Amino acid sequence: MSLGHALLGLLERGPGHGYDLKKAYDDRFGQDRPLHYGQVYTTLSRLLRNGLVQEAGVEAGAGPERKRYAITDAGVTDVETWLATPEKPEPYLQNTLYTKVVLALLSGRAAAGVLDSQRAAHLDAMRVLTRRKTDGDLADQLICDYALFHLEADLRWLELTADRLDQLAERIGR
Amino acid sequence: MTLLVAEDLHKAFGPTPALVGAGLSIGAGEIVAIMGPSGSGKSTLLHCLAGILRPDRGTVRYQDVDLGSLSDGKRSELRRTEFGFVFQFGQLVPELTCLENVALPLRLAGLKRRDAESRAVEGLARLEVADVAGKRPGETSGGQGQRVAVARALVTSPKVIFADEPTGALDSLNGERVMTLFLGAVRASGTAVVLVTHEPRVAAYADREVVVRDGRSREVERAG
Repeated sequence: MSLGHALLGLLERGPGHGYDLKKAYDDRFGQDRPLHYGQVYTTLSRLLRNGLVQEAGVEAGAGPERKRYAITDAGVTDVETWLATPEKPEPYLQNTLYTKVVLALLSGRAAAGVLDSQRAAHLDAMRVLTRRKTDGDLADQLICDYALFHLEADLRWLELTADRLDQLAERIGR
Repeated sequence: MTLLVAEDLHKAFGPTPALVGAGLSIGAGEIVAIMGPSGSGKSTLLHCLAGILRPDRGTVRYQDVDLGSLSDGKRSELRRTEFGFVFQFGQLVPELTCLENVALPLRLAGLKRRDAESRAVEGLARLEVADVAGKRPGETSGGQGQRVAVARALVTSPKVIFADEPTGALDSLNGERVMTLFLGAVRASGTAVVLVTHEPRVAAYADREVVVRDGRSREVERAG
């Protein structure tokens, strides 16, 4: 995730302090991982240096930096380009699960057990997300669904592989 | 409290074995997903648990009563009074309105039309399909029809609902809607559910899962 683009996107609604931005980001996208202030200020100074934001006054008052930031025209163009550029789909070709299954087979250990315990762990995680989704609002639902669909894809692979373990063992044994 | 226990179930259809030593146990109010690939025997297991099929070998006990010891009449009475059913599709009577469909199990149990229909109205409202009460099933969407079917399964306040791929014929969004309302209703009423599904996202609504593979079931060890 490009934090710079996310902050620029949030600034398009109007100027704000670093603190406002952190809060807006955490509310919408932070989920279990809120931003550190340090990340926000480092990112804002980079955006400032690159001319994507500009200072829009300093507020008097206690507490940390009260500088306000506003997005520049160059910043708006940058957000537009980012939104219009598709994310590169993950190739998913290196994966730990496949490696574990092959190594279990190579070493004569129970590969089915590796798949089974992974499957149980995946379903446990899916249950937690499903409960959170059921109790949550639309934003929670969409975020949890994204995670659920990915876990489900893993599970389908685990099932398919479980059905082909004998075949795989034969190939590996050669 | 254990509600339903099946042990060492065997069932063959002609020369083809469907179950070869399956079993599971369900507590009151518990929601258990039965998972497994097509042809693994999960629907046969559900039918044996619900007393629809008689296993060739093994026992199914519901509240300490051996279903195998009951006459066909007693078993179908048990199904009518203690169990509810939701299938993938085709379970509503096409000639009746949705309201009449939901009221039907109560009418069969001897309730007066007015009482049965007033409980059916509540059931439809709980599943958020009160607006289709006067329509026939053919005039509703797939998702609405499934919610009507769930309302009908719940209307007799059963102890267990058997659901066989309840969202199998629905798109993702409607499937989610049915599962959320279905599970909300059974959790509120403390009804146990046996949920057959091959979809992990549907199984994730359950409290735990049992995997059926080649006619054998396995309760899944909890990780961690």
